[in-house]
Amino acid sequence: MSLDTTDSYVTEDGRTIGGVVMEMKNITLRFGGVVAIKDISFDIREGEIRAIIGPNGAGKSSMLNVISGFYHPQEGEVWFHGRKRPSMKPYQVAAQGIARTFQNIALFDGMSVLDNIMTGRLTMMKSNMLQQAIWFGRAEREENQHREQVEKVIDFLEIQAIRKTPVGRLPYGLKKRVELARALAAEPKLLLLDEPMAGMNVEEKEDMSRFILDVNDEFGTTIALIEHDMGVVMDLSDRVVVMDYGKKIGDGTPDEVRNNQDVIDAYLGVAHD
Amino acid sequence: MPDQLLYALEVTLNGLMAGVLYSLVALGFVLIFKASGIFNYAQGVMALFAALTLVGIQEGQVPFSHLINAIFGTEIHHFGWTVPAILAIMLTAAVMVVFAWAVERFVLKHLVNQPDIILFMATIGLAYFMEGVGDLMWGADIKKLDVGLPQGGSIWLEENTAWLGGDGFYGFFIDRLDIVATVVAAILVISLTLFSQYSKQGRALRAVADDHQAALSVGISLRFIWVLVWSIAGFVALVAGIMWGTKSGVQFSLSLIALKALPVLMLGGFTSIPGAIVGGLIIGVGEKLFEFFIGPMVGGATENWFAYVLALLFLVFRPQGLFGEKIIERV
Repeated sequence: MSLDTTDSYVTEDGRTIGGVVMEMKNITLRFGGVVAIKDISFDIREGEIRAIIGPNGAGKSSMLNVISGFYHPQEGEVWFHGRKRPSMKPYQVAAQGIARTFQNIALFDGMSVLDNIMTGRLTMMKSNMLQQAIWFGRAEREENQHREQVEKVIDFLEIQAIRKTPVGRLPYGLKKRVELARALAAEPKLLLLDEPMAGMNVEEKEDMSRFILDVNDEFGTTIALIEHDMGVVMDLSDRVVVMDYGKKIGDGTPDEVRNNQDVIDAYLGVAHD
Repeated sequence: MPDQLLYALEVTLNGLMAGVLYSLVALGFVLIFKASGIFNYAQGVMALFAALTLVGIQEGQVPFSHLINAIFGTEIHHFGWTVPAILAIMLTAAVMVVFAWAVERFVLKHLVNQPDIILFMATIGLAYFMEGVGDLMWGADIKKLDVGLPQGGSIWLEENTAWLGGDGFYGFFIDRLDIVATVVAAILVISLTLFSQYSKQGRALRAVADDHQAALSVGISLRFIWVLVWSIAGFVALVAGIMWGTKSGVQFSLSLIALKALPVLMLGGFTSIPGAIVGGLIIGVGEKLFEFFIGPMVGGATENWFAYVLALLFLVFRPQGLFGEKIIERV
């Protein structure tokens, strides 16, 4: 299937996938002498679930960190909504509507679930510091309005019961869900998930898969995710990028990727003779 | 009531009041430590610097006058005006915000991701640098600070409590300045708590205190938060500087009060605002009562060392302090 950057198409399950929202062009990222990402290009289309897979150390997380502004590639360009993105700090990227979760959960342990999720809306709060300091009418209205949105996310992810619990006390699976909730609260245009199902049992994985699909379906959120569990990836994603040793070795629909000889070699190993 | 008990009560009250001043200094430490994990050695000097600046502005002193006179051979010292206390306080607060910005811009920004000990060393450097700048800007002589706060014993309180004891008891003696300091400290703590719990910047501040990376990912600018938190700490330093300066004059030994804040922090825990308050009160009351009861037996002057011995005991038996977070490493 070959598509132009502005083309859209309808998937088998009836979702509309739009034009390209984010394009990575010839990204190279080095740490000293180590090349983490080597000349990789790929795009993410509006409304799709795009997976990045690959063996350990392939550079998947680095790629996600480039998108979210935590790393700055030495070469290559990041295009977002048809415009080249200048070098940005992570908080500026977040303000552009790109939210993310982390592989090893980065939540605010001392704060309640509700407060954690509220931080997701910080970039959208417009009242200034003076208004905030004296809890001026606008600050209060704003807080209530954002609180409403946050409650919707809480309902959506079925975490009503733990709203007031400090995050530090939650079990791992729920923490992952709270982190997703915080990212969703920002109403992101692009949602980046770094191994959303790592370390989960089968039941938790099923829950998480359902949430990811629902988010994509109900809000039309574009999602890019990294995952190890091949079964999950193949079920969830519309298109897959495969990385190995910092290089791109495959890109396409799950079926195309599954039958790609390079990918099979990378995952199963190949006999050297 | 027996007089001995009444005296002990009076000592306790005075200890509480003195404790409030310790708490004020400790509060500044806690704010910065919570938000950035930096133990800010310069907090005491910040209080001194704020007090010096306040007096300087109030009296219309020309900053760096010694330097200017030495270079240009002039003889200027004063602008020839005086500034009302309220205005001077606001101007000094503005100076502290500029200072916070400068610290972020010229020091912290370049030390991101360095080990805590490096940052700690940087604040030691900062402390001595500021002491020097303060000296150069406003001169090294002891200054009298008067922003119109009431001083001296409260006669009303004395007269109305005299009936409690016998003929030898003349009522409780409490400095009115201490009462003002207590009220101001209470207002400060309540507004800080409300700000951090219910405002968006407060939430961002707590977020940064918890996890830098996560804070960045939800769109919080670390630099803004650092400037904010150093500004708030600067404001707290100003309040502490005003209270201490009014009490004992603005002099360079003021920066040593920072040392008294250390045992307060060890007691209260470095990360707890209520801890700083309670720690300060315990030290204040503790050292006064100890001096009152035990002092005469050991020849007095126990106030110099009591706080540190108490802190040492805490370090041995409860290193995280009364309210600090216990650090448990999972293995």
